[in-house]
Amino acid sequence: MSPATLGKDLVGLETLSAAQILLLLDTAERFKEVSERPIKKVPALRGKTIVNLFFEASTRTRISFEFAEKRLSADTVNVASSGSSVSKGETLVDTARNLEAMRIDMVVIRHHASGSAEFLGNRIRSNVINAGDGKHEHPTQGLLDLLTLRDRFGKLEGLKVAICGDVTHSRVARSNIWGLKKLGAEVAVCGPPSLVPREIGQLGVEVMTRIEDAIAWADALNVLRLQLERMTAGFIPSLREYNRVFGVTRERLARAPKDLVIMHPGPMNRGVEIDSDVADGEHSVILPQVTNGVAVRMAALYLLAGGSPDWQHQGGSE
Amino acid sequence: MPSRSTLLDDRAIARALTRMASELVERCHGTADVVLVGIQRRGVELAQRLARLVEAQEGKPLPCGKLDITLYRDDLQAVGARPVIGETDLPFDLDDRTVVIVDDVLYTGRTIRAALDELADFGRPRRILLCVLVDRGGRELPIQPDIVGVRQETAGRDRVDVLVRELDGRDAVELARAEG
Repeated sequence: MSPATLGKDLVGLETLSAAQILLLLDTAERFKEVSERPIKKVPALRGKTIVNLFFEASTRTRISFEFAEKRLSADTVNVASSGSSVSKGETLVDTARNLEAMRIDMVVIRHHASGSAEFLGNRIRSNVINAGDGKHEHPTQGLLDLLTLRDRFGKLEGLKVAICGDVTHSRVARSNIWGLKKLGAEVAVCGPPSLVPREIGQLGVEVMTRIEDAIAWADALNVLRLQLERMTAGFIPSLREYNRVFGVTRERLARAPKDLVIMHPGPMNRGVEIDSDVADGEHSVILPQVTNGVAVRMAALYLLAGGSPDWQHQGGSE
Repeated sequence: MPSRSTLLDDRAIARALTRMASELVERCHGTADVVLVGIQRRGVELAQRLARLVEAQEGKPLPCGKLDITLYRDDLQAVGARPVIGETDLPFDLDDRTVVIVDDVLYTGRTIRAALDELADFGRPRRILLCVLVDRGGRELPIQPDIVGVRQETAGRDRVDVLVRELDGRDAVELARAEG
């Protein structure tokens, strides 16, 4: 049996097969243990140079990638858009090609433009990992959510997961939908019509407009962050109103037929999309999600470093 | 067609393991502070069997762990697709213990080199011993076993297959000789 491979880049879960997603999850399962060792470091990526190219603010994801890289013994450099030549108007491809000229092996990129990771991956030789591209995908977040659900329920097949809140602006929602569907889970999205795109049903998910319905139906809730920074105008009347109608509160959960597992990709707006006593409650797996994030990213880095020998350099200047 | 022969059948394996268990206790001067570490995959089963045999002889169980050396391989950059990683579980402290590494076949020595490096990241054993069911020669590193089931010189293109009940349904050590 030859194991599945990932290819050159990890841009999203939409383009992966179920076997490739399972390979990532099973590999991550092994990497969990590495972070529990007295010396949390293995030499698997010794000599590899990785650039973390973050064009958007990030704490959790960037640090998680950096820990993952360091625990695999890779050498890492962090580039943020402010304070780099990006702020002087250099294009994404020029920035990446200049980095490649310094002989790097991988780029982890977060960018505000949907499709930017794939765009870059098609133009540089290095492996590219998408750490969030606009409203498109955030594959390692999707994977860590899958891993956390699998830890909790033993399997994903037949599991009912409701993704609640600001679906329109959420790359986390899209990566979750594709990953969960491929592994046989049932998915619903729930939020105000202004924050749930009309076409989302085409992805094979149920659309619910009442949070009470989602809570009554689901085994697990993935509560999305209300992305206030991406909202230009008029999506919701007020934060208080949003919490009153769509907030995941202890009172609402108490009426559910069973205990729901609660996830949130962070950072949380406490008291808006999720109440503090739910976020800190006994059924919350929000911190295990963060722990699993490092393992999932180690798996992605390790598997991609295997490379894809048939890949041809496409947009090179030489 | 390669020719296939049986180096050890199930009874011969049982006899070899019983002798190896006695040798192990003798070389460690008892069972105090001795732990077994099986190398994934088939070293794990062999380590568990040795632990049971030692318990039968000495009346005391030996702690048994699992080690996967994939992430410490020296050819990781060269192999294409990433190898599947097995479980590592060392449920004990290694400091000042006698660690007995157990593997099925000793060949180039590269696996054991990786295992020694990995163990060093878990602690500082007082002493490390190497116990293998088959030593097939062909070393590429200065590594030698302390306890051996059977020695058999082989050519590079030959294959030595260790089969264990737990994974393969039967116990056997088979040698597939390449033609020519």
